Amino acid sequence: MLQVDGVAAFRGGRLVFRDLGFTVPAGEALILTGPNGAGKSTLLRLLAGLLPAAAGRVLWQGEDALADLPLHAQRIAYVGHQDAVKPGLTAAENLAFTARIGRVAPDVGLAAMGLSALADLPARMLSAGQRRRLALARLPLSPALLWLVDEPTLGLDARAVELFGALASEHRARGGLVVAATHAALPLAGAAELRLG
Amino acid sequence: MSRFGAVLARELRLSLRHAGDTVAALLFFLLVAALFPLAVGPAPEVLGRIAPGIVWVAALLAALLPLDRLFGADFEDGSLDLLLLCGLPAAGVAGAKAAAHWLVTGLPLLIAAGPLAEMLRLPEVALPALLAGLVPGTVLLSLLGTTGAAIVLGARRGGVLLPLLVLPLSVPVLIFGAAAAAAAADGLSPKPDLLLLAALLAGALPLCPIATGAALRAAE
Repeated sequence: MLQVDGVAAFRGGRLVFRDLGFTVPAGEALILTGPNGAGKSTLLRLLAGLLPAAAGRVLWQGEDALADLPLHAQRIAYVGHQDAVKPGLTAAENLAFTARIGRVAPDVGLAAMGLSALADLPARMLSAGQRRRLALARLPLSPALLWLVDEPTLGLDARAVELFGALASEHRARGGLVVAATHAALPLAGAAELRLG
Repeated sequence: MSRFGAVLARELRLSLRHAGDTVAALLFFLLVAALFPLAVGPAPEVLGRIAPGIVWVAALLAALLPLDRLFGADFEDGSLDLLLLCGLPAAGVAGAKAAAHWLVTGLPLLIAAGPLAEMLRLPEVALPALLAGLVPGTVLLSLLGTTGAAIVLGARRGGVLLPLLVLPLSVPVLIFGAAAAAAAADGLSPKPDLLLLAALLAGALPLCPIATGAALRAAE
């Protein structure tokens, strides 16, 4: 269970949000919405421990999550608005790092996002949507319970959105949590919504 | 430890794929050193006298070359977040990056330094001292370089700022490294200079990754 209590964050010296609080129980999903610049990505980065919280607490199973960042990182699978795809490596090689840490084969992620046929293709040959799929393919490679995804379906076709939905519901059935920032409708059944800004 | 290995393996895989960058640093090292005989003349006694200094300065400059992209590429495409969230402390990620930089840049420089010193007519008695100094020296340059690269991360014109930050920090390494070889050439013991280099390394080994890790966390 993820509890957020009265958090505030600064970005470039500007207060982005304050007094933000919510709870995401095990197996549930939270969708962050709001206009551009409302702080959706900032909140995701704060939850990941990539950005310090100016105030408030983030609790994981009732304990301060951000006290031990390396430990907290092991609970998280984060897909930011950038794909973190290296053009010089093949699709499978791009997943090798996450796969090695998660102790699974990269093929698991490729298959889950329908990229198996492109495994040996250099990532520079992939389209923007395929690169987004490759970034999302890291999610099933990680044993982490908390998924933090920023605009996961940006540039995806309908089929890929379905695949992401299937992955997310499988993850939630195992007791996993999903926090997603988005402008588009996401295939997350019964997800709570938090509007920022 | 397995996470450290994973970061290191990732870095080496990327370096291997972009082998041109590695070879460029090595060629730069050889070219800079080759300019000196052309500029100061090929007289053996002059060249042999300044050879340790040439090798050290060239190694220092060559080690700077790949630093700009060391974190820059990962910062721009979002991979840095992936590294910081791999479950390793930020200092651990920094240590793995420094280790990768040494393996990909420092070690080839070390290997090329022998033939290069020979080419510059370094007295034979000074060669072991030069190489013995370059072993901790190149590791120090990798550590200081990664720290500098992390500090300028996200700054505009970081590539220009980087040498201005790293070169002054490298001055003690340069002084003791070149002094060790010069002492050996004069028939003196290079041991005090080598021990001072080792002391610098003992200080930098824990401190640089911590500073680098803090800088990585602060980068926006």
